[in-house]
Amino acid sequence: MAEAETPVAPEKPEPVRVYRHRLPVRIWHWLNAVTLLILLMSGLMIFNAHPRLYWGQYGANPDYAWLAVGSTPKTGFLRIGETRIETTGVLGRWTDGQGAEQTWAFPGWATIPTTYSLADGRRWHFLFAWVLAISLTLYMLWSLLGGHLKKDLHVRRAEWAPRHIWQDVKDHARLRFPRGEAAARYHILQKLSYIGVIFVLLPLMIATGLTMSPGMNASAPWLLDLFGGRQSARSIHFLAAWTLVAFFVVHIAMVLLAGPVNEVRSMVTGWFRLPRERGADA
Amino acid sequence: MSEILLPRRRLIARAGGLVAAAGALPLLSGCDAINEAPVVRKILSMGEEMNRASQRALMDRDALAREFTRADLSPTFRSNGTKLPPGDAYAAHAASGFADWRVAVTGLVARPLSLSMADIRAMPQRTQITRHDCVEGWSAIGQWTGPQLSRILAAAGVRDSARYIVFRCADRIGDALYYESCDMVDALHPQTIMAWALGDTLLPIANGAPLRLRIERQLGYKHAKYVQGIEAVASLDRIGAGKGGYWEDRIDYEWYAGI
Repeated sequence: MAEAETPVAPEKPEPVRVYRHRLPVRIWHWLNAVTLLILLMSGLMIFNAHPRLYWGQYGANPDYAWLAVGSTPKTGFLRIGETRIETTGVLGRWTDGQGAEQTWAFPGWATIPTTYSLADGRRWHFLFAWVLAISLTLYMLWSLLGGHLKKDLHVRRAEWAPRHIWQDVKDHARLRFPRGEAAARYHILQKLSYIGVIFVLLPLMIATGLTMSPGMNASAPWLLDLFGGRQSARSIHFLAAWTLVAFFVVHIAMVLLAGPVNEVRSMVTGWFRLPRERGADA
Repeated sequence: MSEILLPRRRLIARAGGLVAAAGALPLLSGCDAINEAPVVRKILSMGEEMNRASQRALMDRDALAREFTRADLSPTFRSNGTKLPPGDAYAAHAASGFADWRVAVTGLVARPLSLSMADIRAMPQRTQITRHDCVEGWSAIGQWTGPQLSRILAAAGVRDSARYIVFRCADRIGDALYYESCDMVDALHPQTIMAWALGDTLLPIANGAPLRLRIERQLGYKHAKYVQGIEAVASLDRIGAGKGGYWEDRIDYEWYAGI
């Protein structure tokens, strides 16, 4: 298979370019990048107002919290169930930009705004919640009607085969990413995570968010039954938010490993250069 | 109040600028400068108006907050905000069991009233077990008893020109007395009551004795405690700093607290 050494540089064939991301995908992707960051950081500010989570209809300081961030005179800690983790410097006790010690749960660099303001955190959160809800609804409709769901995200019967999924897991673990034509399509793990985010996680964020609203509880009381109470909804909202963060971390890792320039360019211009088949290049 | 707050805001923005100039955390102070910009404040407050308009549109006028059973009660009902109003006047009222407490019903009404606690307890009562949601995120379930606000307003003959009800409170926080307000939809809602009992006992001082508002489709800071005055008005412009409530005036909490 190896080509003979030649003194002149080998002619590189022009990379094959494919139109991979249509405009609505690109717009929604970057709008989400901004919206979800603002929602996360303003959400952490709101969490700071009461850094304790409960299950059930009610939950306040006298009640048992399954998760709590707190501080002792010298340290900060995160408690999950009966497990206490010292988090001094990051959670519960940290030093702000002016060098002052703070005992809010999440540090200033992670919240909007940086200094404690529940009122401002709520205003940012609720405005961008509208951006998320409206753009997600439009994107779902476009995915359904515009063929994105059927063409790009639909999981074919063969892809459901455990052996196929296991193969994709192994390929990922070995960082063997698809090349050539196969790289133009989403593979099974990618499809499942995108479907999971669009049709499960983001709607779950919105529904649990609405369940915390006393006004919504009056107009849609079934939400309370669906999630088992306002405080359960608050806990699920928090857990789903960190699941989205986990998705983000893996997503960024995959972009970096698969070729960040080509990947980011394709999400800006729509055009993706197919990585050459293995063995096709020297 | 806005005269006092604005320069402080500018100071914060300027302090942020200094930090940026020093090269420490320029991105973060930039974010806070954005947060303080007047045009951004205006855009941010659009969310509140969208929430109010959509909830009012989605929600039946009389849609009820969930009512729970005694089995659902919080073992301890947490109090918040003022735990004991400062001053001799309130202390004297508390010492006499609020025998001389008066609730003035004034403003755009045909018959201004001055109600004693005995008058209020003699009216038809409503008992409801509801969830109290603090803006901070916690919830507690308690049982409340008192007359519907709509009955008090009907007794006073509230005029059609009234668009808001303002609740005047006896607790002074810093430089001003606490107050709150709501529109007529919430004022006339069947679950909006003036509660004088929590559980099977008289309202404790920490929870607003002798009388507090229950406005079950909104957050805790709307539930005015230590109520001494109920005033029907056409506009909130000349009440306090004009935003309709103590915290609304001071730290920009939403006036519509249904979310």
